[in-house]
Amino acid sequence: MADPFPPPRLLPSGDSAVTVEFSRTIDETANRRVLALDHALAAAGIAGVTETVPTYRSLLVHYDPGVIGHDELSNRLLTLSAGSLAPETDIRRWRVPVCYGGENGIDLEDVAKALSLTPDEVVARHVAASYRVAMIGFTPGWSYLSGLDPRLQMSRRQNPRLATPAGIIAIGGIQTGIQCLAGPCGWHLLGRTAMRTFQLHREPTFLLEPGDEVSFIAVDEKTFAEQERAAEAGELIAERIAA
Amino acid sequence: MSTLVVSQIGPASSVQDGGRFGAQRYGLTPSGAMDKLSLAAANSLVGNELTAAAIEIGPFGATFMAKAGAVRVALSGAPRPADVSKRPVEMNTSVTLNEGEKLTLGFARGGSFSYLAIEGGIAGEPMFNSLSVNARAGLGSPYPRPLQAGDVFDVAPATGAPEMQIELPKLSGAIRVVMGPQDDEFSDEMKALFLCSDWTVSATSDRMGYRLEGPVIRHLHGHNIVSDGTVEGSIQVPGNGSPIVLMSDRGTSGGYPKIATVITADFGRLAQTPAGTPFRFKAVSMAEAQAELRRYKDLLRSLPERVTKLASNDFNVDALFTANVAGHAVSATDVTTWPGVTPDQPDHL
Repeated sequence: MADPFPPPRLLPSGDSAVTVEFSRTIDETANRRVLALDHALAAAGIAGVTETVPTYRSLLVHYDPGVIGHDELSNRLLTLSAGSLAPETDIRRWRVPVCYGGENGIDLEDVAKALSLTPDEVVARHVAASYRVAMIGFTPGWSYLSGLDPRLQMSRRQNPRLATPAGIIAIGGIQTGIQCLAGPCGWHLLGRTAMRTFQLHREPTFLLEPGDEVSFIAVDEKTFAEQERAAEAGELIAERIAA
Repeated sequence: MSTLVVSQIGPASSVQDGGRFGAQRYGLTPSGAMDKLSLAAANSLVGNELTAAAIEIGPFGATFMAKAGAVRVALSGAPRPADVSKRPVEMNTSVTLNEGEKLTLGFARGGSFSYLAIEGGIAGEPMFNSLSVNARAGLGSPYPRPLQAGDVFDVAPATGAPEMQIELPKLSGAIRVVMGPQDDEFSDEMKALFLCSDWTVSATSDRMGYRLEGPVIRHLHGHNIVSDGTVEGSIQVPGNGSPIVLMSDRGTSGGYPKIATVITADFGRLAQTPAGTPFRFKAVSMAEAQAELRRYKDLLRSLPERVTKLASNDFNVDALFTANVAGHAVSATDVTTWPGVTPDQPDHL
């Protein structure tokens, strides 16, 4: 059977990395191909490949050119990309508690107004969807989730905030995201979670993997405060759920 | 156990080593020394592993003091005036601070980062096999932040090994790049402008990114691309057309087109380019970039063999004899110049 997908573009990223680009846009199929190649590459155990970074539409492959050359690696990557998408049998699913609105989600009211919805409707739509961790990047644990309800899509803030707290749940464009650490953010803040996608001295240090599925559940402020304390003590907070 | 006390230090100084790898897929940037050749040179002078953690010192001055025993250190990287108790210390040499002695460093000249390696290394708790400071993520040990006056390092007592020096090749010329990954987001004219213009590093640069000042580089299709992975040396062009080179504390992904990537062999040299000093980029083929990488790694591996004993750092008695200006001069500190002591019997006394 012919390969149902066109081959990816192989783009050099300096002398020790190559970008395998499946699409130039945010694209569900491209992201699944990225994750499939990431898995296939890990399984293939190619000597010289040191690290991979999956993103929405590309896989960055770091390698040691002293062990494998650019051309040989490129050929291996093309071959591995040609396989059909891996069956999604072993996907991990997480339920993540979020305290929406109020001081934890300072943009909820404005988002509702801009979308001609009530704040409750925004929350209802946000918790109803099932998301996939399309990529983790920029800062430790910053998880970009695909699967946002089209009704909640809106462009990012004109002026990014320079300081937002840890654990924010935000929407921007066609994505929703979980920002683990405090930092700048140009997205609209809907709420906060006590779950930490990145926490030192906890096993595992990084909770979410690219390809994991995530859904949200609304909790009140009191529960959020309790969960914050539990997270501080090393609890995961997010609940692993059966398929 | 001796200690090395940071008596005074400027901003942009932190503990850095070879970097923190393996978690870029979770958004954790490698960090590590901005100039890994200088890090390795400093470490080789005191017998450490080449990628061991050392103190990366930013452009401003710094003072360190040995306490509770002697501490042997070595200095490499951006040249700057340095002395111990008024005795000058050359770059690329080791020096032992006796208890209570201070190493005083001036401002960097013709570079940005100097490296102070400590014999026996820096004691700390590695996270992902690295002590490197990543202040944003709260990582780094013994201090997960830039250094401040009053910080203290527990270090091994000086072994009494002789002081060493190392000669490093003089590196110069254009900063070489491999074009891409998104050079097709720019016209041929813009790529030529990028490669044929003088650039300077902006004073607002930091360990995350070097902002470049020069001509405006325009995009073919706008400046928003869907975020993809970045590497050390990625040159991204944001909406204002002023390129930013992503440095050791870069974000692991970014949403601006990347016109080119600095080759590994030239990254440290770019990191050392002072703000305002003009430089150019030069495009090389992948084959040439990877050949340069092999040469660069060979140079790194050769550093321990390049280390030699330091000639007397007071004054060169041999040279004075040769010049016949110091008939029977002796050095107050070098016993090998004293009458009756030959260089191969220095412990005769």
